[in-house]
Amino acid sequence: MSALESANKIKAKFGDLISEPTEFRGEITIKLADAEQIFEVCNFAKRQLGFDYLVDISSVDNYGEDPRWTVIYELRSLANNVELRLKTDVSEEKSELPSVLGVWRTANWHEREIYDMMGIRFSGHPDLRRILMWEGYPYFQLRKDFPLAGKPTDLPGVAFTQPAPLEGGPFVTIPSSGDAIGREPRVRTPEE
Amino acid sequence: MATVQDIEIRDSAARTAAAVEELQDIPGEKMVLNMGPSHPATHGVLRIVLELDGEVITKADPDVGYLHRGDEKIAENMTYTQFIPYTDRLDYLAPLANNVAYALAVEKLLGIHDKLPPRCQYIRVMCAELARISAHLLGLGAFAMDTGAVTVFLLTFTEREKIYNLAEAASGARLTTSYTRIGGLMRDIPPTWCDQIRQFLKEFAVALAEAETLLTRNRIWVDRLRDLAVVSKEMAIDYGLSGPNLRGSGVDFDLRKAQPYLCYKDLEFDIPIGAVGDCYDRYLVRMEEMRQSMRILEQCLNKIPGGADNKTKEPVNVADGKITMPSKQKVMSSMEELIHQFMLVTEGVNCPPGEIYFGHENPKGELGFYINSKGGGTPYRLKIRAPSFINLSILGELIPGAMISDVPVILGSLDFVMGESDR
Repeated sequence: MSALESANKIKAKFGDLISEPTEFRGEITIKLADAEQIFEVCNFAKRQLGFDYLVDISSVDNYGEDPRWTVIYELRSLANNVELRLKTDVSEEKSELPSVLGVWRTANWHEREIYDMMGIRFSGHPDLRRILMWEGYPYFQLRKDFPLAGKPTDLPGVAFTQPAPLEGGPFVTIPSSGDAIGREPRVRTPEE
Repeated sequence: MATVQDIEIRDSAARTAAAVEELQDIPGEKMVLNMGPSHPATHGVLRIVLELDGEVITKADPDVGYLHRGDEKIAENMTYTQFIPYTDRLDYLAPLANNVAYALAVEKLLGIHDKLPPRCQYIRVMCAELARISAHLLGLGAFAMDTGAVTVFLLTFTEREKIYNLAEAASGARLTTSYTRIGGLMRDIPPTWCDQIRQFLKEFAVALAEAETLLTRNRIWVDRLRDLAVVSKEMAIDYGLSGPNLRGSGVDFDLRKAQPYLCYKDLEFDIPIGAVGDCYDRYLVRMEEMRQSMRILEQCLNKIPGGADNKTKEPVNVADGKITMPSKQKVMSSMEELIHQFMLVTEGVNCPPGEIYFGHENPKGELGFYINSKGGGTPYRLKIRAPSFINLSILGELIPGAMISDVPVILGSLDFVMGESDR
């Protein structure tokens, strides 16, 4: 069964909740409209379509857009050697979606990491603690509104109190497709 | 008058059962023991909170993150090429393999991953396999040392030193190689490199056989490893293990075979898998993988387009001025190349909008990069799927039931590296 067939089977089962499969560089992506259904979709993909291996869960902060968060599941079927990407959006007000820990146990640390980095919570996760940062750290540092240099904090000695050495460059560039002046704050403005 | 008395000698299983029964009557409280973050057997800065009942571990809670540097945040703030040196510091025991994995991921986003010049593909495969041998050698040496066999460590480190020399000859650096570039390599290999590898393979075969004689049928080694921390096939898949840890449990999955990238489909090699999934199987899989890597290297040496000295001037970079750097001479003499060079340095390689995931068979497992691009020279989001991080997540399930002295063995057999786990 190819990735496209699997995607169509999921679409046939869940109907309008699933978007049309898109292809980019040979990878099939489908998008789930309602994040609350993620457990059911994943469970169906594993039990019925053989996606027994969860490769990775990633998260993206679409800062300035609504919904703000995108959570991306990379599924793989070892037997069929097929990969499928499943995405779903989560709004900033909610910042919560069901855990898929009951489908694949590897989701445990992935979900903890996303909570740690982005602050998206997973309902039904039995042990949603920070994993790479320490308990009590006040920020979610992979959000786009968290500066690369770090932030001053009320907890001296716990979080950054000094600007990070990388602040202001030489390597700092701002992601955009604009011109060099916009992307690199330290570049000299040409004289008019 | 002497009397004859029957003495009942029970077998070991019955004796253990009786001892356990006896123990249950003795009241005692559980003790919590911190192992790490600074412990020689944790190979870096892993901390495990162990709950002990006597010497038996009843609960284990691994705590990672002591080496967190925010690599993913850093990646969002620089061009694709600028991030290459950061990949050296992920799995710092196999920087060459990380370089290859990252370059391939960005090339997949660019859509040029199947247009790489053949010579570049062969060199990258050789780099990746040398890195695999190097990483497995360290894993094996440290594993044996933690178990009490220090000699193996000395043997494997002598061989690793030669791989460092090879990396230095190719890239100029021993550890922080940064050898690949988007669309090619930093430079071609030196003409003597292939002969150096031949010499290395000759010596390494002897050293590997020696290490094998010291360990594989060593009674103490086998006793300590066999049937310890058994990971069943289902459990390995469920926990998303990858690399030798997955194959040690008998799952026949290797990205080099399943989704062949570079020139792996032209090379002959076997994928070793384990039968039981215990520490001993994982050790055997790594030993065999090193031998298969030698096989791959030998084939590469014979097949590399252009040969050792590249008399036919085979390119190692994609012939696209918008992706790879032009030569210095051309930059100085031609307008177009000067513009390309300027654009590449100031803005980076212009990638199309889109998202890709690329998984590379690294020594520790599947090193994956998820890149979300909104166009331009910097990634909007770059997620690193670190194999060590995911391989460690099984610890909480694997350790309970074992003895304290088994923990270094289990950790050694999982062969992780914290630089990659914590990112």
